[in-house]
Parts: sequence; C-alpha cells; structure tokens
Amino acid sequence: MAFDIARLVGYGIVLLIIAYPLGHYMARVFGGESTWLTPVLRPVERVIYRLAGIDADQEMPWTVYAISLLLFNFACFTLLYLMLRLQGVLPLNPTHAVGMSPDLAFNTAVSFVSNTNWQAYAGETAASHLLQMAGFTWQNFISASTGVAIAIAFIRGLTRREVRAIGNFWVDLTRTWLYIMAPICIVLALFYVSQGTVQTLAAQVNVKTVEGAAQVLRVGPVASQEAIKELGTNGGGFFNANSAHPFENPTPLTDFLQVLAVLAIPAGLTFTFGKMSGNIKQGVVVFAAMALLFATSVGIMYGFERAGNPNLTRAGADQVASATQTGGNTEGKEVRFGIEESALYGSVTTVASNGAVDGSISSMTPLAGGMAMLNISLGEVVFGGVGAGLYGMLVFAILAVFIAGLMVGRTPEYLGKKIGPKEMKLAMFAVLALEAGILVLSAVAVVTPAGLAGRLSAGPHGLSEILYAFASGVGNNGSAFAGLNAGTLFYTTTVGIAMLIGRYLFIVPVLAIAGSMGAKKQVPPSAGTFPTDTPLFVGLLVGVVLIVGALTFFPVFALGPILEHLLMHSGVLF
Amino acid sequence: MSDATQMDMHVDTPAGGSAPHKREAVSNSGALIQAAIRESFVKLSPFLLWHNPVMFVVEIGAAIVTFYVFADSIGAGTATAGGTGSSAVPFLIAIAFWLWFTVLFANFAEAMAEGRGKAQADTLRTMKTETLANLMKGEDVEQIPANQLRKGDKVVISAGETIPGDGDVIQGIASVDESAITGESAPVIRESGGDRSAVTGGTKVLSDRIIVQITSEPGQTFLDRMIALVEGASRQKTPNEIALDILLVALTIIFLLVTMTLEAFAIYSGQSVSVSVLIALLVCLIPTTIGGLLSAIGIAGMDRLVQHNVLAMSGRAVEAAGDVNTLLLDKTGTITLGNRQASEFLPVSGVEVKELADAAQLASIADETPEGRSIVVLAKQFGIRERHLHEEETTFIPFTAQTRMSGVDWQSHQIRKGAVDSVIAWVESLGGSVSQELNDLARGVAEQGGTPLVVSTDDRALGVVHLKDIVKGGIRERFDQLRAMGIKTVMITGDNPVTASVIAKEAGVDDFLAQATPEAKMELIRKEQAQGKLVAMTGDGTNDAPALAQADVGVAMNTGTTAATEAGNLVDLDSNPTKLIENVEIGKQLLMTRGALTTFSIANDVAKYFAIIPAIFMVTYPALGTLNVMGLHSPHSAILSAVIFNALVIVALIPLSLKGVKYRPLGAAVVLRRNLLVYGLGGIVAPFIGIKLIDLLLVALHLAG
Repeated sequence: MAFDIARLVGYGIVLLIIAYPLGHYMARVFGGESTWLTPVLRPVERVIYRLAGIDADQEMPWTVYAISLLLFNFACFTLLYLMLRLQGVLPLNPTHAVGMSPDLAFNTAVSFVSNTNWQAYAGETAASHLLQMAGFTWQNFISASTGVAIAIAFIRGLTRREVRAIGNFWVDLTRTWLYIMAPICIVLALFYVSQGTVQTLAAQVNVKTVEGAAQVLRVGPVASQEAIKELGTNGGGFFNANSAHPFENPTPLTDFLQVLAVLAIPAGLTFTFGKMSGNIKQGVVVFAAMALLFATSVGIMYGFERAGNPNLTRAGADQVASATQTGGNTEGKEVRFGIEESALYGSVTTVASNGAVDGSISSMTPLAGGMAMLNISLGEVVFGGVGAGLYGMLVFAILAVFIAGLMVGRTPEYLGKKIGPKEMKLAMFAVLALEAGILVLSAVAVVTPAGLAGRLSAGPHGLSEILYAFASGVGNNGSAFAGLNAGTLFYTTTVGIAMLIGRYLFIVPVLAIAGSMGAKKQVPPSAGTFPTDTPLFVGLLVGVVLIVGALTFFPVFALGPILEHLLMHSGVLF
Repeated sequence: MSDATQMDMHVDTPAGGSAPHKREAVSNSGALIQAAIRESFVKLSPFLLWHNPVMFVVEIGAAIVTFYVFADSIGAGTATAGGTGSSAVPFLIAIAFWLWFTVLFANFAEAMAEGRGKAQADTLRTMKTETLANLMKGEDVEQIPANQLRKGDKVVISAGETIPGDGDVIQGIASVDESAITGESAPVIRESGGDRSAVTGGTKVLSDRIIVQITSEPGQTFLDRMIALVEGASRQKTPNEIALDILLVALTIIFLLVTMTLEAFAIYSGQSVSVSVLIALLVCLIPTTIGGLLSAIGIAGMDRLVQHNVLAMSGRAVEAAGDVNTLLLDKTGTITLGNRQASEFLPVSGVEVKELADAAQLASIADETPEGRSIVVLAKQFGIRERHLHEEETTFIPFTAQTRMSGVDWQSHQIRKGAVDSVIAWVESLGGSVSQELNDLARGVAEQGGTPLVVSTDDRALGVVHLKDIVKGGIRERFDQLRAMGIKTVMITGDNPVTASVIAKEAGVDDFLAQATPEAKMELIRKEQAQGKLVAMTGDGTNDAPALAQADVGVAMNTGTTAATEAGNLVDLDSNPTKLIENVEIGKQLLMTRGALTTFSIANDVAKYFAIIPAIFMVTYPALGTLNVMGLHSPHSAILSAVIFNALVIVALIPLSLKGVKYRPLGAAVVLRRNLLVYGLGGIVAPFIGIKLIDLLLVALHLAG
C-alpha cells in the first residue's frame, strides 16, 4: 500500500515536471514566438496556410471565430458520417466491416467530432482500418486541436485589452496540430510499438493456444491511434476493451505513460494561461485547484477499491493485501494493473474527459464508481478535456469571483476585467446547459421503457448506469460505466444529443465571453483587487466547483451510488 | 428658523461636520415597522412581485401548496406527504404557512428599507407647499403659482420669501437658509456670477433681494429629484444587481430542474414524491435569502448616503464609489485646513526677530484675511500686543492683484508685506538693496512647502514670514488606509510644484497635480481612465463640470453652481469635500454586504440537502437515514425545520442588510479571508445548527408529526 501511494505521488511529480515546460512551450507557440521546432515546422505551416488560402495575420472577432469553428466541425461531422455509412464499400476494410446504421453513424460521428469518443460499437469488428485511421484517429487530432484553440482564444479574451479580435481559428488549429499534437504523438506511438503495442495494416493473426485451440487475434494500426487517444483526451480505443486490452496497453510502463499523456496538455495549459496572463501564479492557482480535486478523487477511488466489498469478506473471501495478492476489490480489474493503477487510470480518464478505461467502472465499489461519475458531472473541469478543461475551469473561476468577489467591496473582476450582466448570462447559460443536459436526459431515460430497456442492473446500480451514460455524453468524456446497452436507437440518439449539448452549447457562450471580455478595459491590480493568485482562491475555486456540482447532483447521487453503497453495507447487491 | 417643519427635520450636527444628520423620521421606528408590515402584504401582488423572480417562484410554490391543503382537506385521508406515511394535511398547512411567511419576510425587508426613505421624502414634501413666484415680465412683476414656472423664467425674491424653484442668481446677493435641504442651520451666501450662484427651490431668502433665472422644468426640480431618490421611485437596478439577478435566476432554474427531475428518479427508485414536498425542497434550495434581501441592501446603501447628507443620482454611482481606484482630492479644505497660517519669522542678519515681528504685525493689522490674522497671532508670542493706531497718522494700503502686497503708512514709515518679487521690487524702487540672504530664506520657505512673505520697512527688507499650510490631523492615517484598500490618492492644488510636493509628502498622498487647471484635471482623469481605473473627484465650480461629468464618481458640492450639481452623480449637501472618502467606504460596504449575503445564501444549501433528501426517501430506503447527519426527529419535522429556517434566516438578516456588514479599511486579501470565513464557512455551518434547533423545538412543542 505504501508502495501504491508512493507511485501515486510519483505520478503527480512527473506530471508537474512535464506539464510546466510544456505549458511555457505552448504559450510560445500561440504567441507566435519561435521555439526549437520552429525552423523545421514554420515552412510546413506556411505551406498549409498558402494551400488553404489562410491569411495568418488576420485575427477574428469572436463571432467569426465561432462560425469558422462550427462550420469546420460540421464539415468534419458530415465527412465522418458519410465514411461510417459507406465504409463497407470503401477501401482498407480487411475485416469486412459493414456500413453503420444512420443512428449509430450519427452517434459515432458526433462522438468523434465533439472529442467525446463514446463508442456504441466494438471497434475491432465494427470499424474498418480506413475508419480507424482516416476517420477516428484523424478526428482525434482535429477535435483535440479544436479544444485547445478555444482555450487559447478564451485566454486571449481574458488577457487582452480593449480588442475585439481573439485570434485566428485556422492558425490556432494548425499550430496545435503541427507544433504540439503531431510531434508528441510520433514519439509516443514509436515508444508504444517498442513496448509491444501493435501497428499493422493486417486484420488478424491466427494463433494456436497452449491448449492447442485455434484463436483469432484482431490487430491493426493501434499504436498510432493510441498515442492521440490519450494525448488528445479522446479515449476512443481501437478495441472494445480499450486500454484493458494488451495490444493497446501492453505493459505497466505504457499504462503509466498513457495516464501521463492524458493529463499532460490539460495540466500544461494551466501554465500556458498563467504565462499568457502575464502572471504565472494565475495559472498555478488553476493548476492547484485542479490538482487538489484530482488528488481527492484518486484518494477516494483508491480508498474504496482498497477497502473492497464487505459482503465478500462475510462470504469468506480474503480481500486483504498480501505478498501473494493485491487485495481489495479486484472485480473487473486487469490483474496486470491491479487496484492502484486502475484507480489512477479511472480517476485520470474521468477527470480529464478522456474516457479510456483499463478496468470496468461498473465493477468498482459504488462510491469509487460514483466518484468517477462525479468527476465527469462537475463539468469536466478537473484538468478536463484538452482545452475544454481549462476554459471550463475558467468559467468556474468567473463564477467564483462573481459570487465571492463582492465581499472585498468592489464589483467583481477577473484578471482586471469587470464581470457584468452579459458575462454572467453567458457563463450561467453554459453551466445550465451542461447540468440540464445530464439531468433532463437521465430523467427521461429512467421513466421511459426504451431508456429502462438498456439497463443491465436494476435499482440504484441501474440508475448509475443511465446517469453515467448521459454525464459521459454531456461531459464529452466518452467512458462507459459498462452494463448499459448503448447501441439501441434510444441511446444512440439521446447520448448523441447529450454530446452535442455538452460541446457546442458550452463552446459558443465561452467564445462569446472571450469576445466580450476582450473588448473590456483592464483595471490594473492593486491592494484592493480581489486576489485570484493566492492559495485562498484555490480553496474558493474548489469550493465553487464542488458546491455547484454537489448542489445539482446530490439528490440523484443519493439515489444512485450513495444508496447503493449504503445498501451494500447492509448486504443488498445489484 | 421660525418654520416648525424645518426645526424638527434635523438635530444638531455632532462635531466633525461629516457625521450623519439623524433625521427625525428614522427614529420613529414603531410606525415604520407598522407601515412596513402593511406594505409586505401589498407587495404580495404578483404584478409587483414578478420583478423579483426568486420570490415570485416562492409565491407560486406557496399558492400551489395552499391549493393542496384545500384539495387534500376535501378528499381527506387520501394524501400522504411524499411517501412519509403519516396524514399530510396538518403538515401541508404548516408548509404553506411558512412558505407564505418566506415571501412576507422578504417583502418586509424591502418595505423596511423603503420605509426609511419614504419618511424622509414625506418631510421633504412638506416643503413643496404652494408658494407664489414673482415672475418678471419685462419691467412688470406678476404673481403666479411656483409650479407654473418654466425653464428660463426670471423671478424676484426678497427677504423672507421662499425661493420658488431651482435656478441661478443672475442679479444681487442674498443670505439664504438652506437648512431644509442640507440640515445646516447657518445661512449661506448666494450671489450672481462665480461659483455660488445656484439656489434651490424650497429654501428661504433671509436678507436682501435677488433675481433668479429658473433652470428646471416643473416636476424636475432638485427637490422633486431628491424626493424620488430617497423614496426609491426612480431606483433602477445597477449593472451589478442585474448580473446578480441573472445568477439568482439561473440558480433558480437549476434547482427547478433538480427538483423536477428528482421526481423521475424517485419514481424509478420506487417512490414518488408529493408536489408539496418538492416545492418545499425547491424553496429551500433556491437563493431566497439573497433574493429576498437584494433590493433592501441596495436601498439601504442609498439611504446610508442620504444619512451622510449625500444624494446619489443613481445606484450605479454608489457602486462606482466602491470600485474607485483613484481619488482626486482638492488640497484646500480636504487635505489642509482651509487657510495658511504664519508659523515663523525669519529675519535677515542684522535684524532682530522682534523688529520683524513688529513690522509684520503692523502690516497685518488691517488685513482681515485668515493669513493676516495668523500673523498678528504669531507676533503676540514675541510680546507684541495689538495696538490701536491713530487714524490721522495711519494710511492702510490694501492688497491688490496688481501690487500683490499690502501694508500701512505709519508715522512716516512705509511698512509692507507681500509676495517676494513684489516687495523686493518695491524696496529697490525706494533705493534700497536686497541681500542674497533674503532670497535664500524665501526659497527655503518655498522648499518646505510654505509660502514666503517678505516684510519691509521703507527701503529695508527685514525678513520673511513663513506661511504654512496646515495638514489636517489624522489625514495621513486616512490615506494609509486608502492605500491599504488599493486606492490611490492624488492631491489637486493650484500651488507651484515645489510647494505641492512638500505638502503631498507631509499629508502622505500618493501623487499630486500642481498648478492645476480644469484642463489639467480633465487630462489627469482621462489618463487614469485609459489605464482602466475608476476616478472619483469633488468639484463645485462651473469649470469643474466637464471633469465632474468625466469622472466615474463626481461629487458635486451643493454650494456650487447648477452646472456642477448636474454634472456630478453624487451631490454633497454639506459641501464637505472630505466626505469623498466616506462615500467610497459606503460604496464598498454596500458591495460587501451584497457579496456576503450571496455567499451565505448559497452555502446554506448544503445543510438543507442533508435535512430534506434523507427525509424524503428514508421510508422507502431506511439505509439513507445515514445521511440524516443532524439526527432530525422525523421526515415531517426535518422538512418543516428546513423550511422554517429558510424563512427565519431572512428575518434574522434584515438588520444586517439594512446596516451593512462591518466595514474595515483593510486590503482585499485580508477582507476576503475574514468574510469568507464568516459568511462562507459560517453559511455552511449555521443552518446545520439552526435546523437542528428548530427540529428540537418542534419536538418539544409536539408539532413534529
């Protein structure tokens, strides 16, 4: 156990060591300053702009930025939808995957365009190599880059003075992809291959097992997709078992690297924010708030998993850790990774809207699973999706400043920008959209036959299955609780809608806030300014995130994971 | 002061000038409360209440629960409250009762805040008695009712008459009793031209005769505006209030969704929840505390200003005062005592101090300016007594702008005192010579921030009198506090830069603007604003008007011109420039109160969940009883306790919202830490205790079903 904890702490330290310089590097990239990659990549960047007819010096007001983004995303959606429908007749289809049904294609296309990667299909059988590479992997890059671009535009809005423009969407998108995603992914993919992750255009390998039986092992271009799956907080695996599959995640080292890759950019962006705001402490505070929530989440999940299920102990099972076994709740765990790495992985991928899994969340103890669900329900702001986590958390920072800021005797301001009725309207709309999306869609599902039909379990566990699906969709997380049959028409449609709500009803107000804040004057900080770069603000930010999340979801959580936990202790299982 | 209504409008101003005038009406709290109680029922009207969305939702909830009370009484026995098993009607009655009280309490808070203003407005109205105006028509004078005066009309007012409307004196000079408006009993001088030409309708001319040009249309006079302001009739929501309203409405929508979807989740879990219980949960969760007190806080903030004899032309101005980054303060009267005083006699070598003091005293005997008086007073310390000079051998030479010196011709001596270069030129014209030493002495005085006056007898320059600006006691500490609050102070003075810098240093201001002209002031304001700062200033002259209008907070002195009072967004009836600092503090206190109660209100919700959620589901899922951390007696008592606490907390916080949270001049970080502890953490803890106590009380009184 001490070893487990040492490893968890070690993870935090390594993450910080990677994220801090990465954040500074990203600030330079988006500031248009030169980096060590510039000599190689700058000419490539120029060629891209010339081919696409982009005037890189032409910055956009928020409306143009948003429209460019929406049109681009819509084009990506249409292309992916058509590919999914037509994959049966398209090349590079060694597994003879057939075209998806309209609703499943809609669900899947939305899923990959919105950086959710909810998979209502089994990747190894339902998608061709062409789709895996040119559809999913490509879209993983695009959706992640879109997220980062929005975050950067939002930072510009918060930090610029009296300017309408918040950047050029095409430039931000290109730079994210070219200077950040692509170089890191090349290195990661090569490393994964060295560890045993498969990378081939072949469809399958036929092997004879030790017992002499014949077995078909599906293979494909996995490593290249795996790299961006983690780095872009996408989470859509090549295989249905996702990172529990040894071809996706062969060794503890790749497992460790995967969880690092998931949080690297979201954590790094906090420092990018600090750097661009001219006060690195502003970024450190956001990082600290995220880290605090994250550490709590890992602690709770690890704690409850370690404690295991009391009913098993009563039934005579030994759940105590010893030299020969890891102990705790090992149901649904990959034994290669055990409890600690599963808890870390579960935490990392749910806080970060990644959605990859290396174990079954449904099989976790109720409160550990509930914690995963809470991570998502808080709005994916604890590191969150690439870009999305930062702008989500900054929206909460604006709310925190607004609620408590008056208490210093000034009208609220964040980074010297006054928060007025317009910003409140937009921020509350964004938050409301997320919370309404989860609650209303779940409520519809639990009282309609079509919704109830998808459950694997009854009672509170069934409620968790449904709630988790919509939280995951709205939060653009994409991880599944497992158990729920997400392939039905009801769920492909409703979760598809959830993903659209979670992505676009949040992005547009966020960009509008950027536009409105950017046009404002910046009041220089003084002793009378509400301090947003102190440990106290970390606490306040965490408090507001928790209270807004807790106040919204406490009743339904009481009937889901909390009730299940309490019932488990009185011997009732689901 | 024969007018009885004016007499009882104010009591004596306590020492210090800026202390609030306690107006009579405020102390009459019994009648005020009665009126407020009446008003809280009037405000139940949905047409009035929908302006406050949070309380409007509570009212609808109360109406629905009341409907269920009747419906269930008729179909008795069929209803149970949220699956809690026991008979629901008494419980429903209690819930309905307390929900109505929640609305009433919020209405009462608002009515109390408005009531104080109304009482003041009533007193002001008594001044609006019908007066007759002597309207000038060419050479003739015609008497018409005052309320028929139009802008541009000219009226004649003689001693003993009431001024019929707002205007500027265009001819004559008069002493005017303005106590009705300012509460200040000493009459003030109003004269044509210059910065003291504005008169206010309803005030009284005590002596002489003036001709006034009316500057306001009927119904828009200063008095009308003042009445509207203190009454809250012209009150509009400030941007911050609107933003806060949006937050509160959004939270209300979120909790509506939470309670409505909860029904679906409850049905899934095998137990439906009654509408009444859902409404109880909803009302407990939506921010009723701040929603109920928000407008009271705003009105009370304006009212605090009125008690300081400052009129805010909009609530926005009060908020802006709290936000101010830079204060432009006039040196004279704000930072220094109004007048310079002689502090030292500095003779040139070969001249006795006593001789200098003697000459200076002689030169100042006829000088009635405060400076002149202070020289006579200082000379007394050298044993020189005041003398009576025989008229026949004495000629007083008055000060003129051309000669820039004054003095006396006495017993064939020509004694003079005045500006350095003027007196030197005078001495040299008489054939005398002036040593370098004199110039050095004079420069020394200037470098210390003083004003040097040279004293001469005939062709001899005797030395220099050091006239010193006296910085007000305690002003430095005041500026230190402002600095801690992050506010920069800039001293505005007509002095030369050397003198200004010395006084600035002595007073502890952050910056100064020397040889200030209205244009320079304006430029300074623009420069600060370009950096994103908010600027406050005071002014009274017509040439201050553009700067007053440009400043984010412009405090116009009531003694000033109409142009100035119209340009400012705060009007100081006492015309005391020091009060700018208090105005800032009142603005900050208003914002702090609003923030503290918002935080408190939201933090309260945590405990209410722990009361109500287990109560709703404990019957179906006894395991959820674990969440009943307060150990509340029964589901009914738990829900009722939460609702009662929610209503009572509004009443409990009315005094705080009217008085404002305690204000301390400290830095933002310290204030935030304190207030977060008290209102944030306190807001989480307090309801746990409160709800438990109410529950215990309900059990003790056998009211817990």
